[in-house]
Amino acid sequence: MNPFASIGRATMTLLAHIGRLSTFTGTALAAIVAPPIYGRLIGQQIMRIGYYSLPVVGLTAFFTGSALALQIFLGGNRFGTEAVVPQIVVLGITRELGPVIAGLMVAGRVAAAIAAEIGTMKVTEQIDALTTLATNPIKYLVVPRLIAAVLCLPLLVAIADSIGVFGGYVVATQSMGFSGGTYLKNTVDFATQEDIVSGLIKAGVFGFIIALMGCYNGFNSKGGAQGVGNATTAAVVSSSILILAANYLLTSLLFSK
Amino acid sequence: MSPKIQLIGVKKRFGSKVVLDGVDLTVEPRSSLVIIGGSGTGKSVTIKSILGIIRPDEGTILVDGEDVTHLRGAARDKVMKKFGMLFQGGALFDSLPVWENVAFGLIQGRGMARKPARDIAIEKLAKVGLAADVGDLFPVELSGGMLKRVGLARAIASDPEIIFFDEPTTGLDPIMADIINDLIVSTVKDVGATALSITHDMISARKISDKIAMLYGGKIIWQGPTAAIDNSGNPYVDQFIHGKAEGPIKMAVKA
Repeated sequence: MNPFASIGRATMTLLAHIGRLSTFTGTALAAIVAPPIYGRLIGQQIMRIGYYSLPVVGLTAFFTGSALALQIFLGGNRFGTEAVVPQIVVLGITRELGPVIAGLMVAGRVAAAIAAEIGTMKVTEQIDALTTLATNPIKYLVVPRLIAAVLCLPLLVAIADSIGVFGGYVVATQSMGFSGGTYLKNTVDFATQEDIVSGLIKAGVFGFIIALMGCYNGFNSKGGAQGVGNATTAAVVSSSILILAANYLLTSLLFSK
Repeated sequence: MSPKIQLIGVKKRFGSKVVLDGVDLTVEPRSSLVIIGGSGTGKSVTIKSILGIIRPDEGTILVDGEDVTHLRGAARDKVMKKFGMLFQGGALFDSLPVWENVAFGLIQGRGMARKPARDIAIEKLAKVGLAADVGDLFPVELSGGMLKRVGLARAIASDPEIIFFDEPTTGLDPIMADIINDLIVSTVKDVGATALSITHDMISARKISDKIAMLYGGKIIWQGPTAAIDNSGNPYVDQFIHGKAEGPIKMAVKA
């Protein structure tokens, strides 16, 4: 096998993917502003993407907050900085861990579900059927999911932030000897608006990535059950990687001053 | 009378595989044309090109004399309102109950309110021999024959001018196939529509068509009235309609 040919082929495939994804994104964004608006479908998706993600996001945030508090306490022991547990917990959760953990959990839950649903619709010709019924599939399937995800993720992250801080509070007051009042006062005094808002902006972007990758991979699934399986995997993997990459980019942009 | 649908030199290739190699075809208003041909000869691609789901590489497609080959957006939606389609596997939306499937084109495509759309859906279900309570079932609860009936009800729900049938009898037992054939003939007449079907089931083709066209090698190699198909004098057509392994058509056994 010619190594140059395989490098060339891989490059071409990658470029084709980027091209298709850009076109898909452009079409979807154009469809958001064009009438009609399917309010009923957006409502349904808000339930499925936002409301039903609450348990998984809440639980992971709680345990992340607790573990973070524990790590800072034990690690801080070595140079006598145990007292800053509340400050570092709130900083770590709101700026970084809240949005990333919530984003990754929702990516696993929602991007997979979207890709599987749309992929199945694709291979059973339901998407073609939409077209024959004078309904634009992008408008009907993609736009409600994009809008719902971009709206829901910041709300989920706001809740994850609160529960994460609460997780730290529980561990700190139960096993580290912090007084509840001091812990909360330190948290509130230390956290700035910027810490919280930056996390919520990240969350909105992550929501867009999750819905977009779910829809894109669903629309491009081929063949039968296996094709849908591949699309689902690709949706979760690609949205997770993009979330982490975007997280770095956004962190450097938002805190570059 | 000007033709309802006209294809002029339509070509389509996927990668290096040429599927349609200059298809010329005319469908007269209120007639029923059936395209026959083996699996993988481009029958579905032909229909999907007319529907705008697949974009042909070359050639022109006219609907009511209007060039629709490259229409997009609102202009495309307007043409789509003339069409109804029965998909091979039904392609019903499994997240919606049967009545909403049937009423889909009315509610989403035409912005009708849900209540009157539901009444029309129940009426269309009755036309294909299904009771009103079927409307509240979900597609997964239906048998193969019922799926086709619901698909047919959905295809005729918005009184289309042109109805496409993709392998309407595939996967059905012979009796159910005959029932569906009868339903196709009666509903198409009832709506006053033009019908374009694709099938490899010759019993169905003879029953539902006025005219038959045969697609082979990416071209229409024969067309004529249904009654004339037994005397076509075309060896390809003869081999196909009699289902013989020997003849000019060589099936690619290896893909």
